[in-house]
Amino acid sequence: MDLDLLSQQLIERYQHGMPLCAEPYREMAQVLGCREAEVMACLQRLELAGALSRIGPVFEHTRAGASTLAALAVPLERLEQVAHRVSQYPEVNHNYAREHHYNLWFVLTGPHRQHLEQILDELEKDTGLRPLDLPMLTAYRIDLGFSLGAHP
Amino acid sequence: MITPLNHEQMLDLRQCLERGLPVVPRPYDALAERIGAHHDQVLQQMQQWQEQGLFRRVGLVLNHRALGFVANAMLVLDVPDALVDEIGARLGRAPRINLCYQRPRRLPLWRYNLFCMVHGREREEVAAHIQAVLEQQQLSDLPHHLLFSTRAYKQCGGRFAPPPSQVWAHG
Repeated sequence: MDLDLLSQQLIERYQHGMPLCAEPYREMAQVLGCREAEVMACLQRLELAGALSRIGPVFEHTRAGASTLAALAVPLERLEQVAHRVSQYPEVNHNYAREHHYNLWFVLTGPHRQHLEQILDELEKDTGLRPLDLPMLTAYRIDLGFSLGAHP
Repeated sequence: MITPLNHEQMLDLRQCLERGLPVVPRPYDALAERIGAHHDQVLQQMQQWQEQGLFRRVGLVLNHRALGFVANAMLVLDVPDALVDEIGARLGRAPRINLCYQRPRRLPLWRYNLFCMVHGREREEVAAHIQAVLEQQQLSDLPHHLLFSTRAYKQCGGRFAPPPSQVWAHG
Protein backbone atom coordinates (compact mmCIF):
# COMPACT_ATOMS: atom_id res chain seq x y z
CA MET A 1 0.00 0.00 0.00
CA ASP A 2 1.07 3.60 -0.50
CA LEU A 3 1.59 5.48 2.71
CA ASP A 4 0.66 9.11 3.24
CA LEU A 5 2.97 11.33 5.26
CA LEU A 6 1.07 10.95 8.54
CA SER A 7 1.09 7.14 8.27
CA GLN A 8 4.83 7.21 7.69
CA GLN A 9 5.40 9.51 10.64
CA LEU A 10 3.24 7.41 12.95
CA ILE A 11 5.00 4.21 11.90
CA GLU A 12 8.52 5.61 12.21
CA ARG A 13 7.86 7.30 15.50
CA TYR A 14 5.55 4.98 17.41
CA GLN A 15 6.62 1.42 16.64
CA HIS A 16 9.05 1.36 19.51
CA GLY A 17 7.13 3.25 22.11
CA MET A 18 3.99 5.28 22.52
CA PRO A 19 2.79 7.39 25.43
CA LEU A 20 1.37 5.39 28.31
CA CYS A 21 -1.42 7.74 29.37
CA ALA A 22 -5.19 8.04 29.32
CA GLU A 23 -5.28 9.77 25.91
CA PRO A 24 -2.33 8.43 23.93
CA TYR A 25 -3.63 9.39 20.47
CA ARG A 26 -4.10 12.97 21.58
CA GLU A 27 -0.54 13.12 22.81
CA MET A 28 0.75 11.57 19.59
CA ALA A 29 -1.20 14.17 17.62
CA GLN A 30 0.34 16.98 19.65
CA VAL A 31 3.84 15.70 18.96
CA LEU A 32 3.16 15.38 15.23
CA GLY A 33 1.33 18.70 15.03
CA CYS A 34 -2.05 17.45 13.88
CA ARG A 35 -5.45 16.67 15.36
CA GLU A 36 -6.29 13.62 17.45
CA ALA A 37 -9.08 12.73 15.01
CA GLU A 38 -6.54 12.60 12.16
CA VAL A 39 -4.28 10.24 14.10
CA MET A 40 -7.20 7.98 14.92
CA ALA A 41 -8.52 7.98 11.36
CA CYS A 42 -5.04 7.18 10.08
CA LEU A 43 -4.61 4.27 12.52
CA GLN A 44 -8.03 2.94 11.52
CA ARG A 45 -7.06 3.12 7.84
CA LEU A 46 -3.83 1.24 8.53
CA GLU A 47 -5.71 -1.37 10.54
CA LEU A 48 -8.30 -1.80 7.79
CA ALA A 49 -5.59 -2.18 5.16
CA GLY A 50 -4.01 -4.89 7.28
CA ALA A 51 -0.81 -2.88 7.70
CA LEU A 52 -1.34 -2.43 11.43
CA SER A 53 -1.74 -5.72 13.29
CA ARG A 54 -2.57 -4.10 16.59
CA ILE A 55 -1.66 -1.30 18.99
CA GLY A 56 -0.14 -1.95 22.39
CA PRO A 57 2.47 -4.08 24.09
CA VAL A 58 4.64 -6.75 22.55
CA PHE A 59 5.18 -9.13 25.43
CA GLU A 60 8.62 -10.25 26.49
CA HIS A 61 8.06 -13.96 26.10
CA THR A 62 10.70 -15.01 28.60
CA ARG A 63 8.71 -13.07 31.21
CA ALA A 64 5.19 -13.50 29.85
CA GLY A 65 5.23 -17.27 29.41
CA ALA A 66 6.83 -19.77 27.06
CA SER A 67 7.39 -19.74 23.33
CA THR A 68 9.12 -21.78 20.68
CA LEU A 69 9.78 -21.86 16.97
CA ALA A 70 8.58 -25.11 15.42
CA ALA A 71 8.93 -26.57 11.95
CA LEU A 72 7.36 -29.41 10.03
CA ALA A 73 8.50 -31.17 6.87
CA VAL A 74 5.17 -31.55 5.09
CA PRO A 75 4.66 -33.42 1.79
CA LEU A 76 3.73 -30.69 -0.71
CA GLU A 77 0.30 -32.09 -1.50
CA ARG A 78 -0.62 -31.84 2.20
CA LEU A 79 0.91 -28.44 2.91
CA GLU A 80 -2.31 -26.40 2.75
CA GLN A 81 -4.24 -28.81 4.92
CA VAL A 82 -1.53 -29.11 7.58
CA ALA A 83 -0.92 -25.34 7.55
CA HIS A 84 -4.57 -24.69 8.29
CA ARG A 85 -4.56 -27.30 11.03
CA VAL A 86 -1.58 -25.53 12.64
CA SER A 87 -3.15 -22.06 12.28
CA GLN A 88 -6.27 -23.18 14.12
CA TYR A 89 -4.43 -23.08 17.43
CA PRO A 90 -4.79 -19.70 19.13
CA GLU A 91 -1.29 -20.41 20.52
CA VAL A 92 0.15 -20.16 17.00
CA ASN A 93 0.88 -16.54 16.14
CA HIS A 94 3.10 -16.82 13.07
CA ASN A 95 2.78 -19.57 10.52
CA TYR A 96 4.75 -19.40 7.29
CA ALA A 97 5.56 -21.65 4.38
CA ARG A 98 9.29 -21.51 3.65
CA GLU A 99 11.52 -22.94 0.95
CA HIS A 100 13.21 -25.89 2.60
CA HIS A 101 12.69 -29.57 3.35
CA TYR A 102 11.23 -28.20 6.60
CA ASN A 103 8.65 -26.13 4.78
CA LEU A 104 6.19 -25.03 7.48
CA TRP A 105 7.48 -22.76 10.27
CA PHE A 106 5.39 -21.48 13.14
CA VAL A 107 5.77 -19.76 16.49
CA LEU A 108 3.92 -21.14 19.49
CA THR A 109 3.28 -19.12 22.63
CA GLY A 110 1.59 -20.18 25.84
CA PRO A 111 1.48 -19.76 29.59
CA HIS A 112 4.19 -22.38 30.16
CA ARG A 113 6.47 -24.83 28.40
CA GLN A 114 4.36 -27.92 29.14
CA HIS A 115 1.41 -26.36 27.34
CA LEU A 116 3.54 -26.01 24.18
CA GLU A 117 4.78 -29.58 24.39
CA GLN A 118 1.19 -30.81 24.56
CA ILE A 119 0.36 -28.97 21.36
CA LEU A 120 3.45 -30.31 19.57
CA ASP A 121 2.52 -33.86 20.63
CA GLU A 122 -1.04 -33.34 19.50
CA LEU A 123 0.12 -32.07 16.11
CA GLU A 124 2.39 -35.06 15.69
CA LYS A 125 -0.43 -37.43 16.50
CA ASP A 126 -2.80 -35.64 14.10
CA THR A 127 -0.44 -35.26 11.17
CA GLY A 128 2.01 -38.12 11.62
CA LEU A 129 4.79 -35.53 11.25
CA ARG A 130 7.34 -34.86 13.98
CA PRO A 131 7.84 -31.12 14.60
CA LEU A 132 11.26 -29.62 15.21
CA ASP A 133 11.08 -27.76 18.53
CA LEU A 134 13.54 -24.86 18.60
CA PRO A 135 13.02 -22.64 21.66
CA MET A 136 15.16 -19.52 21.89
CA LEU A 137 18.34 -19.97 23.95
CA THR A 138 19.88 -16.52 23.64
CA ALA A 139 18.59 -13.31 22.06
CA TYR A 140 21.25 -11.16 20.42
CA ARG A 141 18.70 -8.87 18.85
CA ILE A 142 14.99 -8.73 19.59
CA ASP A 143 13.86 -5.49 18.01
CA LEU A 144 10.74 -6.25 16.00
CA GLY A 145 10.30 -2.80 14.54
CA PHE A 146 11.62 -1.91 11.14
CA SER A 147 12.39 1.22 9.23
CA LEU A 148 10.40 2.30 6.18
CA GLY A 149 13.07 4.54 4.81
CA ALA A 150 16.29 2.57 5.02
CA HIS A 151 15.17 -0.08 2.54
CA PRO A 152 15.92 0.34 -1.13
CA MET B 1 -3.27 5.61 46.39
CA ILE B 2 -4.85 3.57 43.60
CA THR B 3 -6.17 0.08 44.41
CA PRO B 4 -4.24 -2.57 42.48
CA LEU B 5 -6.15 -4.87 40.12
CA ASN B 6 -7.10 -8.25 41.51
CA HIS B 7 -5.65 -11.41 39.99
CA GLU B 8 -8.56 -12.12 37.67
CA GLN B 9 -8.61 -8.55 36.40
CA MET B 10 -4.89 -8.79 35.68
CA LEU B 11 -5.38 -11.92 33.59
CA ASP B 12 -8.29 -10.32 31.77
CA LEU B 13 -6.24 -7.22 31.09
CA ARG B 14 -3.39 -9.34 29.67
CA GLN B 15 -5.85 -10.96 27.30
CA CYS B 16 -7.28 -7.64 26.19
CA LEU B 17 -3.79 -6.26 25.57
CA GLU B 18 -2.78 -9.25 23.47
CA ARG B 19 -5.61 -8.29 21.15
CA GLY B 20 -4.62 -4.63 21.09
CA LEU B 21 -5.79 -1.22 22.24
CA PRO B 22 -8.96 0.09 20.62
CA VAL B 23 -8.74 3.26 18.53
CA VAL B 24 -10.92 5.45 20.72
CA PRO B 25 -9.93 8.68 22.49
CA ARG B 26 -9.53 6.95 25.88
CA PRO B 27 -8.51 3.36 25.09
CA TYR B 28 -7.62 2.45 28.68
CA ASP B 29 -11.08 3.51 29.84
CA ALA B 30 -12.50 1.03 27.34
CA LEU B 31 -10.26 -1.76 28.66
CA ALA B 32 -11.06 -0.81 32.26
CA GLU B 33 -14.74 -1.11 31.54
CA ARG B 34 -14.28 -4.57 30.02
CA ILE B 35 -12.47 -5.89 33.08
CA GLY B 36 -14.60 -4.08 35.66
CA ALA B 37 -11.97 -1.62 36.86
CA HIS B 38 -11.15 2.10 36.79
CA HIS B 39 -8.80 3.43 34.12
CA ASP B 40 -6.37 4.67 36.79
CA GLN B 41 -5.99 1.09 37.97
CA VAL B 42 -5.34 -0.09 34.42
CA LEU B 43 -2.75 2.61 33.76
CA GLN B 44 -1.03 1.92 37.05
CA GLN B 45 -0.84 -1.77 36.15
CA MET B 46 0.55 -0.94 32.70
CA GLN B 47 3.19 1.25 34.30
CA GLN B 48 4.16 -1.55 36.66
CA TRP B 49 4.36 -4.18 33.94
CA GLN B 50 6.46 -1.81 31.88
CA GLU B 51 8.87 -1.34 34.80
CA GLN B 52 8.98 -5.08 35.49
CA GLY B 53 10.01 -5.78 31.91
CA LEU B 54 6.92 -7.70 30.87
CA PHE B 55 6.76 -5.63 27.68
CA ARG B 56 9.38 -5.59 24.98
CA ARG B 57 7.83 -2.42 23.67
CA VAL B 58 4.46 -0.69 23.62
CA GLY B 59 3.52 0.80 20.29
CA LEU B 60 2.27 0.13 16.78
CA VAL B 61 2.71 -3.49 15.74
CA LEU B 62 2.94 -3.64 11.96
CA ASN B 63 2.30 -6.26 9.37
CA HIS B 64 5.36 -5.98 7.15
CA ARG B 65 3.74 -7.90 4.29
CA ALA B 66 0.87 -5.46 3.96
CA LEU B 67 3.42 -2.64 3.89
CA GLY B 68 5.16 -4.14 0.89
CA PHE B 69 7.94 -5.94 2.75
CA VAL B 70 7.07 -9.23 1.11
CA ALA B 71 10.57 -10.68 0.94
CA ASN B 72 11.09 -12.28 4.32
CA ALA B 73 14.22 -14.34 4.79
CA MET B 74 15.26 -16.48 7.70
CA LEU B 75 19.02 -16.88 7.66
CA VAL B 76 20.22 -19.92 9.59
CA LEU B 77 23.86 -20.62 10.35
CA ASP B 78 25.79 -23.51 11.81
CA VAL B 79 28.18 -21.74 14.16
CA PRO B 80 30.70 -23.52 16.41
CA ASP B 81 29.20 -23.44 19.92
CA ALA B 82 32.22 -21.67 21.36
CA LEU B 83 31.76 -18.76 18.93
CA VAL B 84 28.00 -18.40 18.88
CA ASP B 85 27.80 -15.57 21.44
CA GLU B 86 30.45 -13.53 19.69
CA ILE B 87 29.06 -14.09 16.19
CA GLY B 88 25.45 -13.66 17.37
CA ALA B 89 26.27 -10.32 18.94
CA ARG B 90 28.06 -9.16 15.77
CA LEU B 91 25.26 -10.23 13.43
CA GLY B 92 22.68 -8.74 15.78
CA ARG B 93 24.31 -5.35 15.22
CA ALA B 94 24.51 -5.68 11.44
CA PRO B 95 22.19 -3.50 9.34
CA ARG B 96 18.63 -4.75 8.80
CA ILE B 97 19.04 -7.90 10.89
CA ASN B 98 15.71 -7.62 12.73
CA LEU B 99 16.04 -10.62 14.98
CA CYS B 100 19.04 -12.71 15.94
CA TYR B 101 18.54 -15.73 18.19
CA GLN B 102 20.49 -18.77 19.25
CA ARG B 103 18.37 -21.92 19.13
CA PRO B 104 19.25 -25.58 19.79
CA ARG B 105 20.45 -27.93 17.06
CA ARG B 106 18.42 -31.11 16.56
CA LEU B 107 20.96 -33.49 15.10
CA PRO B 108 20.86 -35.22 12.72
CA LEU B 109 17.73 -33.46 11.47
CA TRP B 110 18.71 -29.86 12.02
CA ARG B 111 22.27 -28.55 12.31
CA TYR B 112 21.75 -24.77 12.46
CA ASN B 113 22.01 -22.93 15.78
CA LEU B 114 21.88 -19.22 14.87
CA PHE B 115 18.79 -17.59 13.34
CA CYS B 116 18.40 -14.11 11.81
CA MET B 117 15.43 -12.44 10.15
CA VAL B 118 15.69 -9.91 7.34
CA HIS B 119 12.79 -8.18 5.60
CA GLY B 120 12.79 -6.32 2.33
CA ARG B 121 10.74 -5.51 -0.71
CA GLU B 122 12.51 -7.79 -3.17
CA ARG B 123 13.94 -11.21 -2.81
CA GLU B 124 17.10 -10.67 -4.86
CA GLU B 125 17.88 -7.51 -2.95
CA VAL B 126 17.43 -9.24 0.42
CA ALA B 127 19.61 -12.18 -0.65
CA ALA B 128 22.32 -9.81 -1.89
CA HIS B 129 22.18 -7.79 1.31
CA ILE B 130 22.60 -10.89 3.46
CA GLN B 131 25.48 -12.08 1.30
CA ALA B 132 27.15 -8.71 1.69
CA VAL B 133 26.71 -8.78 5.48
CA LEU B 134 28.17 -12.28 5.72
CA GLU B 135 31.14 -11.31 3.57
CA GLN B 136 31.76 -8.15 5.49
CA GLN B 137 31.69 -10.10 8.75
CA GLN B 138 33.87 -12.81 7.19
CA LEU B 139 31.23 -15.43 7.91
CA SER B 140 30.42 -16.63 4.38
CA ASP B 141 32.39 -19.82 4.91
CA LEU B 142 30.13 -20.99 7.74
CA PRO B 143 27.48 -23.49 6.65
CA HIS B 144 24.34 -21.40 6.23
CA HIS B 145 21.04 -21.39 4.44
CA LEU B 146 18.42 -18.81 3.46
CA LEU B 147 14.78 -19.77 3.93
CA PHE B 148 12.50 -17.32 2.15
CA SER B 149 8.85 -17.38 3.11
CA THR B 150 6.51 -18.23 0.27
CA ARG B 151 3.25 -17.73 2.10
CA ALA B 152 2.01 -16.35 5.43
CA TYR B 153 -0.82 -18.47 6.77
CA LYS B 154 -1.11 -16.56 10.02
CA GLN B 155 0.45 -13.52 11.63
CA CYS B 156 -0.71 -12.06 14.92
CA GLY B 157 0.56 -11.32 18.42
CA GLY B 158 1.48 -13.94 21.03
CA ARG B 159 -1.20 -15.38 23.29
CA PHE B 160 0.59 -15.93 26.58
CA ALA B 161 -2.24 -15.41 29.02
CA PRO B 162 -3.96 -18.56 30.31
CA PRO B 163 -7.38 -19.49 28.89
CA PRO B 164 -10.06 -16.82 29.23
CA SER B 165 -11.99 -16.31 32.42
CA GLN B 166 -15.75 -15.77 32.47
CA VAL B 167 -15.51 -12.01 32.21
CA TRP B 168 -13.78 -11.95 28.86
CA ALA B 169 -14.70 -15.17 27.21
CA HIS B 170 -15.42 -13.86 23.74
CA GLY B 171 -12.39 -11.64 23.16
